[in-house]
Amino acid sequence: MKRSMLLVLVLFIATAFAFQQKQQPAGLKAAIARGKTVYENACLACHQPDGSGVPNMNPPLIKTKWVLGDKKALTKIVLKGLQGGEIEIDGDKYHNPMPPQESVLNDQEIADVLTYVRNSFGNKASMVTAAEVKALRAKLK
Amino acid sequence: MKKMLILACTALIAATAFGNDTTKRKTPPAGTVQKDEDAPAITLPQGFKSVVVTSGLGKARHLTVAANGDVFVKLEKLKDGKGIIRLHDSNGDGKADETSGFGNYVGTGITIKNGYLYASSNDDVYRYKIDEKSGKVDIASEQKIVTGLVNKNQHNSKSLALDNNGNIYVNIGAPSNCCQVQDRVKGSPGQDPCPILEKAGGIWQFKADKTNQGYEDGVRYATGLRNVVGLDWNTEVNDLYVMQHGRDMLYQFYPELFSQKEGAENPAEELFRVKKGADCGWPYCYWDIDKQQQLQNPEYGGDRKKADRCTDKTKSIVQFPGHLAPNALLFYTGDQFPAKYKNGAFIAFHGSWNRAPEPQAGFFVVFVPFKNGMPDGKWEVFADGFSGFQQGGSTGKAKYRPCGLAQGPDGSLYVSDDNNGTIWKVSYGK
Repeated sequence: MKRSMLLVLVLFIATAFAFQQKQQPAGLKAAIARGKTVYENACLACHQPDGSGVPNMNPPLIKTKWVLGDKKALTKIVLKGLQGGEIEIDGDKYHNPMPPQESVLNDQEIADVLTYVRNSFGNKASMVTAAEVKALRAKLK
Repeated sequence: MKKMLILACTALIAATAFGNDTTKRKTPPAGTVQKDEDAPAITLPQGFKSVVVTSGLGKARHLTVAANGDVFVKLEKLKDGKGIIRLHDSNGDGKADETSGFGNYVGTGITIKNGYLYASSNDDVYRYKIDEKSGKVDIASEQKIVTGLVNKNQHNSKSLALDNNGNIYVNIGAPSNCCQVQDRVKGSPGQDPCPILEKAGGIWQFKADKTNQGYEDGVRYATGLRNVVGLDWNTEVNDLYVMQHGRDMLYQFYPELFSQKEGAENPAEELFRVKKGADCGWPYCYWDIDKQQQLQNPEYGGDRKKADRCTDKTKSIVQFPGHLAPNALLFYTGDQFPAKYKNGAFIAFHGSWNRAPEPQAGFFVVFVPFKNGMPDGKWEVFADGFSGFQQGGSTGKAKYRPCGLAQGPDGSLYVSDDNNGTIWKVSYGK
């Protein structure tokens, strides 16, 4: 009885994980791949290849509330930029401005790069879609 | 059976939960100050040795040493509510055994001249009476001598130097990369003329003993300097020397002009000998490492050939590879080091970030031999090993980042690091 219980348990867990895999939103892998290219062209210089940023200047993108939290707030930062000094992580401020990307990147590119960042450097978070970026861009106009 | 089902369901829920968004931080916070008594010895030329004076001060920017040997360190992040730390070595082993602090503001600049300790926040300059024989500072004597300087986060360090005629020189960095209409946005043109230069992007001269001076009381001593963190008054020839942090993003913004590698090496980090009224060229000009020439910046129509409006600008006297971030400059006037170091320049390089994806570089202290106020030979690495990695590490992973330099009364050289807050004392012989 004990053994069969264990077997069922293992089976259930395995099924659950398989379910999880299937649950991955369609196109996540492709979005991450496209987002990586955008990241390399538009973000890497300041935020660095491993997302660790630059102390006191450019904030890290690793497991911070800014990256993993509210998607709209994050998307707004990419569209509209920051003056510098607004981001504080563990008591340290980051002084460089974030250049607004609204005139540089389109909705799909912003969605892809945010999906990439939210699923790289040890991060795991939901996708950002082009429709979400488009809606926010219109709202912020 | 019921039990089994419940157990299985629990497992299912747990497994599902694992796959969800992780919004909680699991790694230890970045930038945590760790007390590190066993800091590895930095590498130095033969005959030199170093001792760790203290560690764990956090963002230790510039430092200065009083005649009695007490070390004063300016912090960019308060430690126990204090922005200036005094370190006293009572038994002469080089290590600090008494630590105290005062001043409730953050900043970078600190220096001692004629019985006063000068220190800067990112907006103002203060001074205090100091008895250099005892190292005692009269905290109540605090005077604000300069106030209301441009501080827009980017490049806001106010570094200090004094001459022998009662003047203090303050760097006011430009809160900008290259004075574009939209800072750091690819394709945004350069503003012409650059309005930032009216109140920043240069060195301002003030009286060392007058309180509450603003821009109207000062003199724009030199302009066209993007950001200077390391500067020093050379007493041998009575001139100001400054290290400029060159602009960023040449490869990212102009891949048609700069390869990835050229963007990492350009523009040069430059050492200028500055006379009153000098214009060193920013934002219109930069020093091209490959062409060995001061050329026009692409934001102002530059094509890596045109010098045009740069021909009449002040030229640098030493050029270093791009983005190394020179944060301190010190002319060595001591007698302890071998003769070749006398009146030469030490420069502390904070280490790069805008070389990525090429390997980062810097994180060392270099020496430039000088004769009669001009360079007399190639620059060489003096102290190294700060970052803890040989090559390829990211800036944020560097263990120590050299930021300040000071000379002790016995001719020893002090180096500060603003990552961990470690202070080294470097001596020769003995």
